[in-house]
Amino acid sequence: MLRALWYHLISPIRRSSPLPDNLIEIRDVDYSRGARSIFSNLNMTIAEGQVTAIMGPSGTGKTTLLQLITRQLRPDAGQVIVAGDDIAEFNISELYQMRQRFGMLFQNGALLTDMSVFENVAFPLREHTDLSESLIRNVVLMKLHAVGLRGAAYMMPSELSGGMARRVALARAIVMDPAVLIYDEPFVGLDPISMGVIATLIRQLNDALDITSIVVSHDVHEIGEVADYSYVIADGLVAAEGRPEDLKNQSSELVRQFMLGLADGPVAFHYDAPDYATQLLGEQPDQ
Amino acid sequence: MFRDIWQTFTGFLHSFGAMCLFFLRLLQYTPSVLVKRFPLVAYQVYNAGALSLVVIMISGLFVGGVLGLLAYSSLEQFNAEDTTGIFAGLGLIKGIGPVITALLFAGRAGTALTSEIGLMKATDQLSAMEMMAVDPLRYVAVPRFLGGVVALPLLTAIFTAIGLLGAHLVAVEQLGVDVGSYWQQLQNILDMEDVSEGISKSVVFGIIASLVAVWEGYNSKPTAEGVGRATTRTVVVTSIAVLFFNYMITAIYL
Repeated sequence: MLRALWYHLISPIRRSSPLPDNLIEIRDVDYSRGARSIFSNLNMTIAEGQVTAIMGPSGTGKTTLLQLITRQLRPDAGQVIVAGDDIAEFNISELYQMRQRFGMLFQNGALLTDMSVFENVAFPLREHTDLSESLIRNVVLMKLHAVGLRGAAYMMPSELSGGMARRVALARAIVMDPAVLIYDEPFVGLDPISMGVIATLIRQLNDALDITSIVVSHDVHEIGEVADYSYVIADGLVAAEGRPEDLKNQSSELVRQFMLGLADGPVAFHYDAPDYATQLLGEQPDQ
Repeated sequence: MFRDIWQTFTGFLHSFGAMCLFFLRLLQYTPSVLVKRFPLVAYQVYNAGALSLVVIMISGLFVGGVLGLLAYSSLEQFNAEDTTGIFAGLGLIKGIGPVITALLFAGRAGTALTSEIGLMKATDQLSAMEMMAVDPLRYVAVPRFLGGVVALPLLTAIFTAIGLLGAHLVAVEQLGVDVGSYWQQLQNILDMEDVSEGISKSVVFGIIASLVAVWEGYNSKPTAEGVGRATTRTVVVTSIAVLFFNYMITAIYL
């Protein structure tokens, strides 16, 4: 089963691969959390070698979608196809082999707090390779240099700022030279300088390492700078897709509201509530 | 009301079953973890054991002292104060030593394990490991479980030894029991069955305390409140389970 996956992900001549250019396909996926439907018949494709942005208002299930792509969650119905294989059919060993070819940047970095920056970046190498200590040292320093934090190699995660932690996590995500890099809300909580640094790194890493990048974000401006293709998801479906500049001209009210950052629209400013005057003047206490 | 009771009962059975499966998975991974990740296990023995040493030793000294005091005051009424060593020794080795060590372990190391694993979960560290194709059960849970299982019997032995010393200090040095009688009487009455009862209890309690601590951390809700509740449950569940199994093992050895 993994033959096609390995061929596709590891082959140095990916462009001439006979396999389709869509590295990841999401087909007719349904997913619910309790009684609440998150996705209903969701379809999406992630093209190889591109930076694909997945955008949408808060609570639409963007992070859930990443968890479905990496099989941290399983869909209720439908398929997630990676390089031609349905990942639901992978056994645990095949799943872990696939994940070794994925790098993921978590929203908060998710650095291992009892290890130094150096050890965090070295962690996947120590777990999955038999490289000598001197080689591990060189690889780790190279990856840290790539994100501009070689000088912070021996600091502890608690000593890093939010932006630095995110960059260390990025160095860790690329240390195994992944074929796919996944970013979960990489710009959240960062100052403008750090946001610019992360956005630049996303683009540069994608091009320099010839990888496929998936960026989940609701930061329209920053993501517009780096994405080749964007999806906007809302109400469990793809509400719009296209190049970032094209999305701004969409006729959909919801997409326009999201892209232009309007306070009111299809996504109402007020959460569902009883009539304002009735509730203020009513005798019953609020439940 | 009956529905509530039934739901509580089925909920308990569900949790208990899930914990048993979790325990079997820990046992399944134990051989490979011992071979491939022995330094992690050794560090966790240090983490759970050596760092609990001071509280165990201080508690052992005072518990032994109290036992010596109570034994002397009771036995003195029958002019049998020379047997104080038997009372204190058997009590410490067969019952009080393993139980109090396990309860202290749950309070010191168990809560630390639960909150550590719970916070790792809350900060996505366990998910990050899974995404790096590293099974957190093997990297995080099993070494901590084994660390506790190894550490608790060692701590129990130290607690008991210090307790005997504490009883000796009170009974012999303070109250004037003959030192020869204190140790000789204990040596005469103590046999391997008594010692094996104490060892059995400490091993079982080590498994219970470590399993509960790791399970609660691993299954805590990834919020501040969730980790807090899991930490509290670790102490409560371990205490009840230890006292229950203490009774069962004592009954078996009688």
